[in-house]
Amino acid sequence: MIGGFGGAGGQPTRLMLALRDLGVGDLTIIGNVAGISKTTGYGWPDHLDPVDQGMFFESGQATKIICSFPVPGTTNPLSDIEKAWREGKAEVDIVPQGTLIERIRAAGAGVPAFYTPTGVGTPVSEGKEHRDFDGRTYLLEHALTADYALIRAQKADTRGNLQYIGTSRAFNPAMATAARTTIVEVDEIVEPGGIDSERVGTLSTYVDRIVLREAGDPLP
Amino acid sequence: MTPPTNEIIGPIGNDPAPRLGRAAIAKRAARDLIDGSTVNLGIGIPAMCADFLPDGVELLYHAENGILGFKELSAPGEGDPNIMDAGGKFPKLVPGMAFFDSVESFNLIRGGHIDVTVLGALQVSRTGDLANWIIPKRGIGSIGGAMDLAENSKRVVIAMEHNVRGDIAKIVEECSFPLTAPACVDQIVTDIAVIDIDRENKRLVLRETAPGWSFDDVQARTEAELSTTGEVGEMV
Repeated sequence: MIGGFGGAGGQPTRLMLALRDLGVGDLTIIGNVAGISKTTGYGWPDHLDPVDQGMFFESGQATKIICSFPVPGTTNPLSDIEKAWREGKAEVDIVPQGTLIERIRAAGAGVPAFYTPTGVGTPVSEGKEHRDFDGRTYLLEHALTADYALIRAQKADTRGNLQYIGTSRAFNPAMATAARTTIVEVDEIVEPGGIDSERVGTLSTYVDRIVLREAGDPLP
Repeated sequence: MTPPTNEIIGPIGNDPAPRLGRAAIAKRAARDLIDGSTVNLGIGIPAMCADFLPDGVELLYHAENGILGFKELSAPGEGDPNIMDAGGKFPKLVPGMAFFDSVESFNLIRGGHIDVTVLGALQVSRTGDLANWIIPKRGIGSIGGAMDLAENSKRVVIAMEHNVRGDIAKIVEECSFPLTAPACVDQIVTDIAVIDIDRENKRLVLRETAPGWSFDDVQARTEAELSTTGEVGEMV
């Protein structure tokens, strides 16, 4: 799992680059707006070269992505995910965003499956259990877990409590709860008390490893 | 910078009169937004609605990535990547704005708390089915928050061009493209018409036409059958 929303804010960009440099293969990526920033600039300041989850398909490390938004509206230039998909090198599982986040939340919350109205009457309903409640039809969707969650926060204390900033929350807090091992990339590590108890966004219980960015990192 | 609304297109082909530009479509769609509503605007023409709110109307804008209550965007080159909207743009920090994670963001949507969503479309059917996430020929598309928004918002307005390349109908008897959500659209605002969808009676009701366009002109460019109840007004 790779946190954030899509765009630079909330994306664990340094962890992603490290994973790419590590070179491990046969990865399944779970993301959200996964591969449109590099070709469209989505969610990145103009003066930086955008990177996105397409990097794992460009490098050939990933063979599957589960996400809500794999490709941009345009095919010129072709994004890394669409290129890999066209070449038969990538399986793409497109999930409605609300269903995706709820599947991740459910995994962390010990809920194996849930019903949602989203997707009824569309291709995402194929093969899924339908059930009516109070006259409306719902689909059964299952929890989604992962071996690792790579997430991004502004600040961690030494126990692993996390504080987020602005819209950088997105998929990060839920992913922290849903993976077997959660690794967070932060700008700052503080002693307990350095994060106001009222502002803890993710509990230390969920966090396994903290990676501190270098001071003055030019990436958001 | 507010885009000009006096831009007109054509007449193209055998159109009887010019079509409205994209900004004018957004302006017309914005006119019906009710003060105080919680609103989610899709990318493209829908997002432009924010530039044309009638005097005295203030909306609470929601974006899927976890922001409520944003207003204007930061100047180019000045935005904070940690204050983003769902279109990947950077709004200014304003008092009363709220940030939250994607669980909460989709509780808001799936729970039926969004009053109005304005979206674009590839096809809309007579019964209000919406197709806007994949072109079958391409074989791959992006759903994002569109299925949740279309299925669960209290009101769904489509703001789009009436035809593809001025020719191919997008308002159809039945969608041939894969659906985003069935029977969800309440109103369609295009470059030549305003059409309400009476979902109970499964019919399209033409409310307004662009200047110089008649009922028959709009019908000729619409695959699904149109009807009227009372007078057809002029889009202004």
